[in-house]
Amino acid sequence: MSALKEEEIFLKKIEEETKIEPKDWMPEAYRKTNIRQISQHAHSEIVGTLPEGNWIGRAPSLKRKLILLAKIQDEAGHGLYLYSACETLGITREETINDLHSGKAKYASIFNYPTLTWADIGAIGWLVDGAAIMNQVMLTRTSYGPYARAMVKICKEESFHQRQGFESLLVLSKGTTEQQQMCQDAINRWWWPALMMFGPKDSESTNSDQSMKWKIKRKSNDELRQNFVDMIAEQIKFLGMKLPDDKLKWNNKKKQYDWGEINWEEFWNVIKGNGPCNFERVAARKKAWENGEWVRQAAVAHSNKSKTK
Amino acid sequence: MKQFINKFYYGDIPESNSGNSIISTESKTDWPLWEVFLRSKQGLDHKHTGSLHAANAQMAIENARDVYTRRMEGVSIWVVESKNIHASNPDESESLYDPSNDKIYRHASFYQLPDELKHM
Repeated sequence: MSALKEEEIFLKKIEEETKIEPKDWMPEAYRKTNIRQISQHAHSEIVGTLPEGNWIGRAPSLKRKLILLAKIQDEAGHGLYLYSACETLGITREETINDLHSGKAKYASIFNYPTLTWADIGAIGWLVDGAAIMNQVMLTRTSYGPYARAMVKICKEESFHQRQGFESLLVLSKGTTEQQQMCQDAINRWWWPALMMFGPKDSESTNSDQSMKWKIKRKSNDELRQNFVDMIAEQIKFLGMKLPDDKLKWNNKKKQYDWGEINWEEFWNVIKGNGPCNFERVAARKKAWENGEWVRQAAVAHSNKSKTK
Repeated sequence: MKQFINKFYYGDIPESNSGNSIISTESKTDWPLWEVFLRSKQGLDHKHTGSLHAANAQMAIENARDVYTRRMEGVSIWVVESKNIHASNPDESESLYDPSNDKIYRHASFYQLPDELKHM
């Protein structure tokens, strides 16, 4: 079949909302965009466990420790679903991981911020997972089959993450003055980085346009970001806390919230690797990979030995 | 060890037809890829749910339990090494599946029966 005909069939499938499966013909750029986006997403799940792991040993109660452990185990599983989806596009697991370690591949910048207090764990669940869910719900309808299926699994599990975070903050918001201050402080520090999770403005996003045409993405960065603001601005009322934005105000004409401006200089700076924890996060991943090498080798040796028996 | 990996690991489709090229990779450990099938409850079929890497079948089952059944999604797990799965070729789907389109007499709804004849 000629390449032209192949492309026609491909575009028709996209048009008709038929999912693209691993063995179907696809343009090389479609493959590459998916590899980039899915692996980036996978890395984010894995790196995202680091700031939370910081608090397992210091969780305030056994209940909170169990919840946090379960959440972190979920994130690691989500990383695996996504790495697997990525592999169907013809890149090996090891190549993907090497790209993270070498700095070639990115992960969500939000995880380059530190978790200073226990309230940060609640704020991450509510705001960071909340922002991730907006994106992930959209991605359950993405055009690449394995990615969409991974997203369906992830979304099912992710809603517990956001709810436990909000509930944890709810407890703090009804606690002592000190606990209330801790809650507000965590919200202050995580709000803007959470908004940055949706990526650059539509006018500056280099990847969005073609991704929308191929239905890899279904909504623009700004659209999702606005949905998120509208959702959180309502939810925060139950906490009796405030979002750190003087310009946040309901706009009755537009039926959505008006709000301030992201510090884009900070955004690009963290992406370029100059965030508070960039170095630490990648170093932790490399260390885990290197320290695990003997385990991987031993498992292969054991498997080979049992085969010859 | 230098190893050549078919981009999709499984299936019988020659590379030239699947729109991909063979890539090579250096790997010290090369745990094979496994496909995971779950029976969600007794009496139902096993259904494909995902994949993972493991050194052997036992490890694949243990990892599948940890990754794919954390919320009671399954009561039984099958794992199959991906390279052992043979798949039909999407390019041939027309010739494979089209012939069943014009055999509507294979469906119960094809037969017009009197209304009085209930429950058939």
